Amino acid sequence: MTIDWAHFTPWSALSGGLLIGLAATALILGAGRILGAAGIVGGALALKSGDTGWRLALIAGLLLAPTLLWLIGAADRPRIAASWPTLIAAGLLVGFGARLASGCTSGHGVCGLARLSPRSLVATALFMLAGFATVFFVRHLSV
Amino acid sequence: MRNILSLAVGLLFGVGLCVSGMSNPNKVLGFLDLAGAWDPSLAFVMGGAVIIGFLAFGLAKRRQRDLLGAPIELPQQSAIDPALVYGSLVFGMGWGLAGICPGPAIVDVGFFEPGAFVFVAAMTVGMIIHKFADLRGPAQPQRPIEQDA
Repeated sequence: MTIDWAHFTPWSALSGGLLIGLAATALILGAGRILGAAGIVGGALALKSGDTGWRLALIAGLLLAPTLLWLIGAADRPRIAASWPTLIAAGLLVGFGARLASGCTSGHGVCGLARLSPRSLVATALFMLAGFATVFFVRHLSV
Repeated sequence: MRNILSLAVGLLFGVGLCVSGMSNPNKVLGFLDLAGAWDPSLAFVMGGAVIIGFLAFGLAKRRQRDLLGAPIELPQQSAIDPALVYGSLVFGMGWGLAGICPGPAIVDVGFFEPGAFVFVAAMTVGMIIHKFADLRGPAQPQRPIEQDA
């Protein structure tokens, strides 16, 4: 294993992580809900009355965050390099898998671990393992 | 009030995802590439978020109601079942393919990144397929309330 020191950004990663933690704090203490992106989107698709508005408002906030950063001159536009077929396959797997597992990187990986939930610990270990294995396969084994 | 709070939470979450690097698929793939030039940065994202979350959920467990007066809903499921195991593995495969998970996917749509629209459309279809399969699947135990994470 070699460390990519040129791209290593521990401070921005940690500060971004703290902001994500604060967002999860505000949602659980303010509105009594878990900050899990897949659950919030998936729940919005159910269109249950009285349980959709807050989900759409949160999604709107996510969509507006880049604009907010752009207004203060701090936006760093990401580039998605993957091909469309790859993005379609990845999106299907992410959407289906996260709902089947009742959580994703935020729901299990942040909130679940913070709650010391054994289910979330297992989920996080497994999706990270699968992520490591997939990248290994795609980058180092495929021809 | 609840919607305004949710909007603010979404903004904060989105800014956190951008600042941390989670919204950048190349950064995520660099973190998942243990055998290549490994970028461990994203471990710090999880570390920072979990430390704050640990304090918040510790407090939440001792409260019945949120600040707006509604009951706090914490997940009740505790079984490590096949759905959790297979779902996490499938999710991880998709995450490793493109370096994108649900929160960052929505943020990247906010950057008007074309690939993000494709990913979010496919992700939504994946979620709908799950819903459909859940209804028609063979003798699924009835879950009392939909609780995530």
